[in-house]
Amino acid sequence: MEILVCVKRVPDTAENEIAVKADGTDIVRDDVVYSVNEWDNYAVEEAIQIRDNVGGTVTVVSVGDAESEEIIRREMAMGADTGVLLSDSAFEGSDGLGVATILKSFVDKGKYDLILTGALADDGAGQVGGMLAALLDLPYASVVNKIEVKGDKLLVGREIEGGNQEMNEISLPCVLSIQTGINEPRYVGIRGIRKVASLEIPCDGKDACGLDAGIIGAAGAKVKRLTYFVPELGEGAEMIEGSTEEQVEKVIEILKAKGGIK
Amino acid sequence: MAAQIFAYIAHKSGKLDDSALELTTAAKKIDADASITAVVFGDAATADAAAAKAANTYKAVWKVADSALAYPNAELIRPMLAKLLPEGAILLLPTDSFGMDLGPGLAVKRNAAYIADAIDFEGAKDGKLVAHRQEYAGQVYAKVEANLSGGAVITCRPGAFAADEAGGAGGAVEDKSADAGPVPAAKRKFIEVVEAEVGDVDITKSDVLVSIGRGIESQDNLEIAFDLAKAIGADVSCSRPIVDAKWLEKSRQVGTSGQTVKPKVYMALGISGAFQHLGGIKGNPFMLAINKNPKAPIFQVADVGVVGDILEIMPELTEKVTEMKG
Ligand SMILES: Cc1cc2nc3c(=O)[nH]c(=O)nc-3n(C[C@H](O)[C@H](O)[C@H](O)COP(=O)(O)OP(=O)(O)OC[C@H]3O[C@@H](n4cnc5c(N)ncnc54)[C@H](O)[C@@H]3O)c2cc1C
Ligand SMILES: Nc1ncnc2c1ncn2[C@@H]1O[C@H](COP(=O)(O)O)[C@@H](O)[C@H]1O
Repeated sequence: MEILVCVKRVPDTAENEIAVKADGTDIVRDDVVYSVNEWDNYAVEEAIQIRDNVGGTVTVVSVGDAESEEIIRREMAMGADTGVLLSDSAFEGSDGLGVATILKSFVDKGKYDLILTGALADDGAGQVGGMLAALLDLPYASVVNKIEVKGDKLLVGREIEGGNQEMNEISLPCVLSIQTGINEPRYVGIRGIRKVASLEIPCDGKDACGLDAGIIGAAGAKVKRLTYFVPELGEGAEMIEGSTEEQVEKVIEILKAKGGIK
Repeated sequence: MAAQIFAYIAHKSGKLDDSALELTTAAKKIDADASITAVVFGDAATADAAAAKAANTYKAVWKVADSALAYPNAELIRPMLAKLLPEGAILLLPTDSFGMDLGPGLAVKRNAAYIADAIDFEGAKDGKLVAHRQEYAGQVYAKVEANLSGGAVITCRPGAFAADEAGGAGGAVEDKSADAGPVPAAKRKFIEVVEAEVGDVDITKSDVLVSIGRGIESQDNLEIAFDLAKAIGADVSCSRPIVDAKWLEKSRQVGTSGQTVKPKVYMALGISGAFQHLGGIKGNPFMLAINKNPKAPIFQVADVGVVGDILEIMPELTEKVTEMKG
């Protein structure tokens, strides 16, 4: 099976305190730790496991700046066979549809049976997978937490509300967005990273992608981010200050009063 | 010209989802003068039941019924909606597993703008709509502007817009099945829903929950949480990453894709406060949050907060409580 996985380099929200720049144009990016989008890591692991079971190849592709090479390499260290970066200043400011359009141009140049994305990325949209499927006119399933290959079809589980799972049969080729927890992504050690450190990652720009500025980039975006902001949120929590010991005393007092200690 | 706004009515066998009453509030925020129409899909019986209920809140209800629509399969409903909706229409959906499935592709098929997971609107003006949303796991907010020239598909966060409980709209139900049909051949077939497994503790019945998130850092540290729970007489629950890592069973996960809990006291320990997590906490419990990041969104919803390291504070809490109890 020929599998393509779309991966994105994002600020790691578990590792960073994200703050907004004073003028609201962006988040503060100095000292921010980046990593591969959490969901994409599960998608790459799933692709590798399917390949190892039924044969084929795994390609990872990312739309981003030159620094996205590092996450493409990381996913290759995990076991992806090929990695490609799609990068051009004309891509900057693309909305979800723009990114999906750029990815489509890459998909059109190959022949893939299965295309995986993450269910969600840093801007919390969960849109690129569904848009890519629609652009390619392929069937789509989102928030997938189980895949079983059955000939030219897949049995896929979608995670729905309440921890329930919706089982579907979907024909190949198709696009799936992958939910965390579908597998346990393998660990990539220093040695693995070193092996791929000098790999050349091919990079395609807008001409190689055969795109003109129509719907890509900021000019083509139907949805534009005007500004980042931090809202006035009223009171919020009453914060307990002091030394750890004082905090612990106070917490116990409060818990007792609220019936939290039996 | 006032916008034409449609609210997709999610329902389970005719019983309306909470979002059904929230989307009308969202629609009015987009445009107070808009004509708002509820759209209901289902098989004959469930579509009738849901449409009748929706007519309490919406003056106009469009019903699409077919035996193939007994279960809401987005791959079937998307092309039907694409055909049914008038040009330039705005469609509202809930941000849930169905809305995420249907929405992005529908926006592409209709050449419409897509706004994911809106939490507020500044109103439509001059063919543009400004919406508020969250990014970076809720740590920052963003204003986005959508060009409405081709209409829009918008998912709205559950709970972000107040439910319109007024009722009594006396809406008219119109059967639009012929305009939307026929049901297309599906490349994705719904088979069945597999219900979540029941675990060894039922956190939905707990009065006090010690709930841990990624801040617990390793499986070995789980003991610290269980010790604290034991000392204060609580049960241990968790956020999703703990279940993803297989450190605790799925039945202990709080959130939209886990359990809905209604405790008296909820301790959120090393949990950032994603809306999918908070969506599983009902009944307005007293919430105490401990997190090392003072900007963590959990502090916006907690009653009391401590900025600190849970791995340091939890053992001290356990020790003090144990001492106190003698
Ligand atoms: C369709 C869908 C459904 C979902 N359903 C659910 C659901 O049902 N339930 C759910 O929980 N999530 C759900 N999620 C995931 C959700 O979006 C978040 O990713 C998740 O809730 C984050 O869990 P967390 O807060 O534990 O981790 P993080 O967001 O990584 O937060 C960890 C927090 O711990 C803090 N921390 C780290 N170390 C320490 C320490 N030593 N002491 C104190 N604090 C520390 C950090 O500052 C951070 O705030 C869903 C997502 C999707 C897309
Ligand atoms: N710039 C990008 N390059 C490659 N894939 C992307 C990019 N942006 C989003 N994706 C894919 O789309 C998924 C969902 O992202 P989003 O729609 O931005 O929430 C991600 O998990 C990726 O798989």
